[in-house]
Amino acid sequence: MTALGKLFRTTTFKLTLVYLTVFALFAAFLLAYFALNTRRLITEQITDTVNAEITGLSEQYRIGGIRRLVLVVDARARRPGSSLYLVTTFAGESLAGNVTSLPPGTLDNAGWTETGYRRLDEAEAGGDHPEHHALARVFQLPGGFRLLVGRDLDERERLYNIVLSAGRWSIAIVIVLGLAGGLFVTRRVLRRVDAMTETTRTIMQGDLGGRLPVAGTGDELDRLGENLNLMLERIEALMRGLKEVSDNIAHDLKTPLTRLRNRAEEALRSAKSEAEYRTALDATIEESDGLIRTFNALLMIARAESGQARENMSEFDVAEIAHDVGELYEPLAEEKGITLKVEADAPAPVKGNRELISQALANLVDNSIKYAQPGDANNGEPAQIVVRALSEGDRILLTVADSGPGIPEADRSRVVERFVRLEKSRSQPGLGLGLSLASAVARLHGGELTLADNQPGLKSVIALPRGGPVQIAG
Amino acid sequence: MPPFADINGQRPFGRTADAQPDRVTMRLLVIEDDRDAADYLVKAFREVGHVADAAVDGDDGLAMALGGQYDVLIVDRMLPKRDGLSLIGALRAKGMETPALILSALGQVDDRVKGLRAGGDDYLPKPYSFSELLARVEVLARRRVGRSEETVLRVGDLELDRLSHQVHRGEEEITLQPREFRLLEYLMQHAGQVVTRTMLLENVWDYHFDPQTNVIDVHISRLRSKIDKGFSQPLLHTIRGAGYMVRDGAR
Repeated sequence: MTALGKLFRTTTFKLTLVYLTVFALFAAFLLAYFALNTRRLITEQITDTVNAEITGLSEQYRIGGIRRLVLVVDARARRPGSSLYLVTTFAGESLAGNVTSLPPGTLDNAGWTETGYRRLDEAEAGGDHPEHHALARVFQLPGGFRLLVGRDLDERERLYNIVLSAGRWSIAIVIVLGLAGGLFVTRRVLRRVDAMTETTRTIMQGDLGGRLPVAGTGDELDRLGENLNLMLERIEALMRGLKEVSDNIAHDLKTPLTRLRNRAEEALRSAKSEAEYRTALDATIEESDGLIRTFNALLMIARAESGQARENMSEFDVAEIAHDVGELYEPLAEEKGITLKVEADAPAPVKGNRELISQALANLVDNSIKYAQPGDANNGEPAQIVVRALSEGDRILLTVADSGPGIPEADRSRVVERFVRLEKSRSQPGLGLGLSLASAVARLHGGELTLADNQPGLKSVIALPRGGPVQIAG
Repeated sequence: MPPFADINGQRPFGRTADAQPDRVTMRLLVIEDDRDAADYLVKAFREVGHVADAAVDGDDGLAMALGGQYDVLIVDRMLPKRDGLSLIGALRAKGMETPALILSALGQVDDRVKGLRAGGDDYLPKPYSFSELLARVEVLARRRVGRSEETVLRVGDLELDRLSHQVHRGEEEITLQPREFRLLEYLMQHAGQVVTRTMLLENVWDYHFDPQTNVIDVHISRLRSKIDKGFSQPLLHTIRGAGYMVRDGAR
């Protein structure tokens, strides 16, 4: 496609053409209307003048008959101007006047007529003078005399022609300027669109860091560019997240896989007794169970994030869940010297996936138990975990507050991501998926997971939209 | 203690503890299209003393299940020719009530619900440990002659009254929390059978997720301290590599 072809195919240029055509047609109509009206006005004026002249002449005729009329006409015909007079006999012989060379038969019909003629003075002077046009009125007088009174139309035609040619010129100028302006605007727009196209092409080739140029004028192209840039930023962040996740998955699945392989290899190399083989096999199975668990957790998160679990939703009371999960973990907490309390007395209705919410809460409690430091961190006070379910406005808050080491504010949003375990806690067992799952479950239900400072300790809050009324059993 | 501690409870074949389950020979049918997996299961079931056959597609499986006198069917969810759920559906439509355990790579709660609705009796996501599968199959096989209707469960001198919610060991009354009561009830219903941690979590707590930490062990040790402490004959046994079992060891 040639550059010009490209130019002509742009929307801007097509719009310019349409606009130009409409504008030119309108201008032509306006000018034609103006020209025709001017002409009509002039014709009316001529008619009036001729009529006034006739009134005067008829007065003279009434006073002095044909003789006086001839004298008056003769006198008036000698005055310069565009008035025309002619008095003839019944045979067509001119008695007085300044008109000659009328087409034959002009004087035979009384009334208004438009006719060609020559001026008498010009005809007498000789030379090649053009024929003039006139609007005239013919009278038949008693005795076969005829009177013609008229006015030259050259002035009218000249004016009409001036208006017409002015109209033609202005339309030509409108078209030329319009086309030039259209091309100019189109090229400007095209340049910016081309720049955008160029950038998108490099982005498509894999350079996600590219951004569309924004002129800063705040026009529609800028707005488009800004929005596309925001979209690109979002995509880039998602891609980065995806890459991080796959890196983390690779790490967290490869590490146990490597351990698994090493153990099997080592057993083959150095185990001697059956008991040693057995130990190695046991360790292998244990390691693969860990892998399966990681894998299941990942699938669960993916499922919660993709919204598939939405089908299995029902109305239930999360206060019950708080009690159930608390009850499930209480012996474990006690064994570690931690007090686990549940404060959930009022019903807290939620519409959701009971299993997933239970698991999310279980993960939070499990985390708190894992990281709680019984005794020492709290000036000798016993470590404590409090599970609460309460309604606050149109939200239901499911909180787990512990007195453990907490999470530094800077790390809080990061730990919700998959596999993130803070360096300090790398030594602790765990998959680093608990918080991600809780967060995914909260989002699935239109809520969110937030981590806050419990001063000291961590306070994890799952906020869920409040459901309808729940019938409390018993 | 044996030289290797029981950490995760996921270990096939490894039942060497003092308490042995009351094992009755079962006839089992494994319907699984992965020949390796089918062979492994048949071999493993035979090793623990059961009779096991294998079918590799849905049609064969259905024909064998209809013809043979099996105690439990182990049905893979995705099979060639006829999938596991429709196989079970066809079986139930013909009035066959043979218990069926569904094996599936789809381990989610919804899939589980679908499987049970289609007429399956239990559902085990892949990958599974053989001890888990074995425990579930044994429970299924004996469910029909089970003790779910009895109002008073007895194991040795331990007695649980399901109506009055009272538990006695010998002359002594034992006070249990509601959940402990249900835990003991489930264990006693399946006295002499191995009950895995997952089975307890599913049947006593109604959770189908993995709680990461072995919370069940702590509940069991609490229960054990209430029913076994101070008695010479323990009734609640840990089956290493598999789970737990209530059994009168003196019998």
